Amino acid sequence: MIPFNFDYYKPSTAYEAVATYQMAADAGKEVLYYSGGTEFITFARTNQLKADVVIDLKSIPECTVLEQNGSECVIGSAVSLNELVTFNLFPLLGETVKRIADHTSRNKITIGGNVNSRLIYREGLLPFLLADAKVKIARKEKEEIVPLADLYKQEITLEPGSFVVQFIVDHAYTTLPFSTLKKTRMSQVGYPIVTVSALKKDQDIRFAFSGVCQYPFRSFEMEKILSDGTMPEQDRIEQALSKLPGPILHDSYASAGYREFVFKNTLADTLQMMEGNQ
Amino acid sequence: MIVSNATDKTVKKLLINGQSHDVVIRSADLLLDTLRSQLGLTGAKPGCGNGDCGACAVVVDGKPMHSCLSLTIEAVGKSITTIEGLQDSPIQKAFIENWAIQCGYCTPGFIMNCYALSETYPDADDETIEEWMQSNLCRCTGYQEIKEAVKTILQIKKDQRPAQ
Ligand SMILES: Cc1cc2nc3c(=O)[nH]c(=O)nc-3n(C[C@H](O)[C@H](O)[C@H](O)COP(=O)(O)OP(=O)(O)OC[C@H]3O[C@@H](n4cnc5c(N)ncnc54)[C@H](O)[C@@H]3O)c2cc1C
Ligand code: FES
Ligand code: FES
Repeated sequence: MIPFNFDYYKPSTAYEAVATYQMAADAGKEVLYYSGGTEFITFARTNQLKADVVIDLKSIPECTVLEQNGSECVIGSAVSLNELVTFNLFPLLGETVKRIADHTSRNKITIGGNVNSRLIYREGLLPFLLADAKVKIARKEKEEIVPLADLYKQEITLEPGSFVVQFIVDHAYTTLPFSTLKKTRMSQVGYPIVTVSALKKDQDIRFAFSGVCQYPFRSFEMEKILSDGTMPEQDRIEQALSKLPGPILHDSYASAGYREFVFKNTLADTLQMMEGNQ
Repeated sequence: MIVSNATDKTVKKLLINGQSHDVVIRSADLLLDTLRSQLGLTGAKPGCGNGDCGACAVVVDGKPMHSCLSLTIEAVGKSITTIEGLQDSPIQKAFIENWAIQCGYCTPGFIMNCYALSETYPDADDETIEEWMQSNLCRCTGYQEIKEAVKTILQIKKDQRPAQ
C-alpha cells in the first residue's frame, strides 16, 4: 500500500502536462511525472519518495509513438520495453532492453522511465548514447529537440517541469552492426554486473557501459584505445580500463575486483564479435 | 483531466473477468490491494511487492502484469483477467495433472502468465517460454513440472486449431 495520497492527472497533450506541473508546483506541491510507474510505486510504497501530484504521460499520443518517419526512427518515451522488442525498429535497442527486468515487468516499464530512473543502471540509455540520439523535450515555453549528448551528464538533466517526449535516432544507425552483452550475478534476470553495448560506424567501434561505474557512460577516450587495431587486444583492454570515468562499483551484487574481471572478459568477447564483423 | 484527487475516494468501474465492478478508490491504491480487499479476488497473491516474484500477476488487455506495480486507477477502462476467471479451465487442469503445484502460492501467477503466453503465442518456442516464465518464482517445485504444464497447454491450443 502507498502510505500517502496524491492527485492523479492524465493529460492528453504535452502542453497540458507541463501546464499541470507548473500550476501544481506554483501551489507549492511536490509533482512527479509518471510513465510505467513501476519505480514510483516501489519507492512510494517503501516511503523513499513522496508526491502530492502525479502526472501520467501514457495518454499523450506523442509519447506513445513508435515509428519510422522518413530518415528518422521516433520512439515515444511512454513506449513499453516489450513494445520496443516486438516492433524492433532499432535492433540494438530491442536487444538491450530485452535484458532489462523480466518479461512481465517489461510490459509496464517504459523507455522514458528507464532512462530517467533514479537507479544507477539505466541500460536503455546505452543504444541512444551510441547512436547520437536526439531527445524531444517538453518545456514550459515550447517543445525542443536537443542532442542527448548535451543533456546527459551522468544523468539526463532537465529543468523542473520538463520531460522527455521522444527519442529520435537517425535510421542509418539502426542498421549498423552491433553487439550487446549483459552479465548478471546469477540468473538471466537481474541488475547488471556489467553491460557492454557496441555499435560499429565506419571502421570505428563505439562502446557504452552500464553497471561498471556509478552511472551509464560512453567514453570517446576508451573507444579510441579499443579501436586501435595496432595494439594487441589485451593491451587495449588494460589501457581502456585505466580510462574509466570513475571508480568501479563495489556492492552486494559484485565486488570491484570481480566486476573488473567480468568487465575485461565482456570487453574481449565484444571486441571479438565486432572485429569479426568487418 | 484530473482523474482522481488526493482528498476524496472516487467510485470507478473495473472490468474483471467479463463483469463490471464498482470500486471506491484512492489514487494511491494498488490494483493488487483493490482486487484482494475490495473485491475478495484473493487469487492474485502479495509476494515481494517489487515486480520480482510474479505471484501477483493478472492479465490486463491480454498482457501479463504485476498487479503490485499498477495503480488501480490505471486499470480503469481495461479488461482484467484474474485467476478466478480461469476456473475449470484447461490450464488449471494442466497444472494439476502435471503436479506443477506444491504449496500453491506461486501458482495463480504462473497460470496467468502461462495463459497470456498461450493466447498470444500458441506456437511459442522454448526460448520464448523460458523468457516469459522467468517472470515468476517458485520456491517449492523444481520448475520442471511447471514447464511440462505450460507445454501441455500450448499443445492443447495447437490441437484445437482447425487443420489448414
Ligand atoms: C523487477 C524490476 C527489475 C528491474 N531490472 C532492471 C535492469 O535489469 N536494468 C535496468 O536498467 N533497470 C531495471 N529496473 C529499473 C527500471 O528500469 C526503472 O525503475 C525504471 O524507472 C522504471 O520505468 P517506469 O516507466 O516504470 O518508471 P516511472 O516510475 O514511471 O518513472 C521513473 C522515474 O523517471 C521519471 N520519468 C518517467 N518518464 C519520464 C519522462 N518521459 N521524462 C522525464 N522523466 C520521466 C519519473 O518521474 C520517475 O522519477 C528494474 C525494475 C523492476 C521493477
Ligand atoms: S508481489 Fe508482485 S511481483 Fe512479487
Ligand atoms: S508451489 Fe510453493 S512457491 Fe511454487
